[in-house]
Amino acid sequence: MKIKALTAVAAILLSVPAFVAADEDAELIVNGDTELVTRTAAPAHLEGAMDEVLSGWRFRADETQSLQADDFDNPGMIFVDQGMDDWNKVEGSEGKSCASCHGDVEDGMAGVRAVYPKWNETAGEVRTIAQMVNECREDRMGAEKLGYTSAKMARMEALISVQSRGMPVDVAIDGPAAEMWEKGKEMFYTRTGQLELSCANCHEDNYGNNIRSDHLSQGQINGFPVYRLKNSKLTTPHGRFKGCVRDTRAETYKAGGEDFIALELYVASRGNGLSVEGVSVRN
Amino acid sequence: MASGVKPRVKAPKKAAAGETVTIKTLISHKMESGQRKDGDGNVIPRSIIHRFTCDFNGQNVIDVNMEAAISTNPYFQFEAMIPEAGDMVFTWYDDDGDVYSTTKSVAIG
Repeated sequence: MKIKALTAVAAILLSVPAFVAADEDAELIVNGDTELVTRTAAPAHLEGAMDEVLSGWRFRADETQSLQADDFDNPGMIFVDQGMDDWNKVEGSEGKSCASCHGDVEDGMAGVRAVYPKWNETAGEVRTIAQMVNECREDRMGAEKLGYTSAKMARMEALISVQSRGMPVDVAIDGPAAEMWEKGKEMFYTRTGQLELSCANCHEDNYGNNIRSDHLSQGQINGFPVYRLKNSKLTTPHGRFKGCVRDTRAETYKAGGEDFIALELYVASRGNGLSVEGVSVRN
Repeated sequence: MASGVKPRVKAPKKAAAGETVTIKTLISHKMESGQRKDGDGNVIPRSIIHRFTCDFNGQNVIDVNMEAAISTNPYFQFEAMIPEAGDMVFTWYDDDGDVYSTTKSVAIG
């Protein structure tokens, strides 16, 4: 009898890992031709923490997943269209648009999203895409900066991201970026807020489990900017970080500030090897 | 014209005669319901697309009346039988009097 009871316990324990999505084997193929990597071996620096990294796409319901498989069904592509209009729009005192220097976005921005945030030699710091957009606007176009997590910035990031769709995330964490990366890692594993939660408590220790009637993801940002069904808008990484930190009942950091840039670098590097999803669709 | 309005249609370029095809349409529009108030407590006036139609060679395929509770960027998917080659005309009617229209040609083959 005792043996039987123990076997039952073991069976329950074994069944725990089979929690993720309804159809575990489904793959994400966009427009019938671009296959995206949503599950791959974890990068070397995650050794001991996780064996496998999973895109947030894998944690979503079938209906949400299928929205991303076709550009017409993906509501985020509307924002890409708007971003394209912005790309060609002349603004500021210099009479330039993005296209004046960078040409076609398809050529000029391919591969950019996969490697950012990235060490910038001239500036002597790690820079995000949003910072580069604003630097261009201020210094080269003579135009006003965009708000860091504003709708206009989000759709510009969306446009830039789509050009790298399908490419593996490949963020450099060594060399001069190493210091920021360490800082980001420290943040990821430090408990904060009244609830005393670190990023890792949810997104490493408990991904796949239920919280607030939803599945916790690994917190990967390969799909950002993401179209969220809950507010029918694009969300940028820093906007999402803010939401998460707020949910731990902590004072949030400033979007576009050094803390979140460090965190973005670290979180991006946890997804090295996953595909850039351009504009993903999430809850 | 309300800002940022852009109609989009996905329809096959070719169909067999008598084939039933799936058509997807989406128009970016803010669909302001008229129920919301701004920061000063004033009602934000209603501004929605109130009607959507599709005609094939002059014959009506679908005619939809739309109400205020429809969310932003309305999406319609429907099926239509294609009897012959021709043009599909999609039309959206805005509260402010604007009419947005786009045409897709379908060949038989």
